[in-house]
Amino acid sequence: MSDKTYFDPKDLKKFGDITEFQEKMGQKFFTWYNEVFKEGALTVREKNLIALAVAHVVQCPYCIDAYTTASMQSGCDEEQMMEAVHVGAAIKGGATLAFSVQMMNHVKKMS
Amino acid sequence: MGIKQRSKSLLSQKSELADPQFQLQVINGQDSKKDFTKFEDNLAQSGHYPLTVSKLEIFQINLGKMCNQSCAHCHVDAGPDRKEIMTRENLEICLDILRKHPQIHTVDLTGGAPEMNPHFSWFVESCAEMGKKIMVRSNLTIIVSNPKYHYLPEFFAKHRVEVISSLPFYSAKRTDKQRGEGVFEDSIRAIELLNNQGYGQKDSGLMLHLVYNPSGAFLPGNQLSLEAEFKRQLARRHDIVFNNLLAITNLPINRFLDYLVANDNYEFYMEQLLDAYNPATIDGLMCRNTISVSWDGFLYDCDFNQMLDLKTACTSQHIRDFDVRSLEERAVVLGQHCYGCTAGAGSSCGGTIT
Repeated sequence: MSDKTYFDPKDLKKFGDITEFQEKMGQKFFTWYNEVFKEGALTVREKNLIALAVAHVVQCPYCIDAYTTASMQSGCDEEQMMEAVHVGAAIKGGATLAFSVQMMNHVKKMS
Repeated sequence: MGIKQRSKSLLSQKSELADPQFQLQVINGQDSKKDFTKFEDNLAQSGHYPLTVSKLEIFQINLGKMCNQSCAHCHVDAGPDRKEIMTRENLEICLDILRKHPQIHTVDLTGGAPEMNPHFSWFVESCAEMGKKIMVRSNLTIIVSNPKYHYLPEFFAKHRVEVISSLPFYSAKRTDKQRGEGVFEDSIRAIELLNNQGYGQKDSGLMLHLVYNPSGAFLPGNQLSLEAEFKRQLARRHDIVFNNLLAITNLPINRFLDYLVANDNYEFYMEQLLDAYNPATIDGLMCRNTISVSWDGFLYDCDFNQMLDLKTACTSQHIRDFDVRSLEERAVVLGQHCYGCTAGAGSSCGGTIT
């Protein structure tokens, strides 16, 4: 069996290389990205926790690795990180369940 | 409550890593598949090689490797089983050096648990009489470990000792994982006692700094942000205060190196250190104004070189042959572990550099 997978942790380091195929847009993205994660109305720590939750929701393995490290570096503990993931999961689960209103509406219209 | 030791010293485990020569082989990449750029080459590229020293101002003394704790990441490989202790004779030589060199304004006492040296209080009093600034790197739990150490908070306050204490995290779980079960609870009690003496309190002038070092194979984040979070959490949960948080990077030596190797994290960690190499930290490196003295009186560029037995590269290698001119003209002995002090915002015994 091949040990190749779609996701290679080493590829995280190549993220900056996306400018190779479209430099202008790539550069603009990284300028914006770096601005987003600076200390602002929210602390870097708070932003890292939000990013960690979103990383799980969008199921990006690179982002999970990157923002687990960033969350730990910025002083989050395990409990806070898991609570952040629960927040993401609750919104994702809640969003699925919220669609059930449409199902219920349809059932009620049909019967 | 008592402390349940987290680990044993490498020496008592009879680990190969207890030998500084073997550690150097690992650090210098003998068994590594990756070829990490030599630290000296990076220094040369930014025009800082050889690394020279500035004025000698801080005298850091390791009073012994004996400690009541046995932390997982200890760079000294200290513990209750270590018996190395600085003798009164060597301490008297240190006092003589301090007396003759007014330019050395600060005495930085470390260990092990420096308070376990039987001559500790006499030595602190002698330094205080000379008007030196005294810093003690206390593990905190020693204060509540035994009634014979209960005098320490009042004694520190009397001599205006600056207390610098490791507290790797503001929660028990992560602190105890690194330092031993029960350490967090005892540390909080000790900080309460120090706070009662005025330590960390506004306008008291009694300084209590906490040392944060990451609890795994990652680098510390922004020191000021971490300090704000520590202050908020420790005040909210335990009603305790402190002055500054010093964020220190773990250097890949002794028990932290053992941890990295055992968990297959060594190359991953070295990659992080190299990626974060920051030449702007070089001017502020502690080896440039500090001399490190081992329990048996030998001289080193820093505490880490001491643990790797890399003595000063000059004729003055022992307190008996202390010669400030020779020491100030020397070049610092370098190795791959030095990347730990130049990563990101830099790291020193005083926290981040830039």
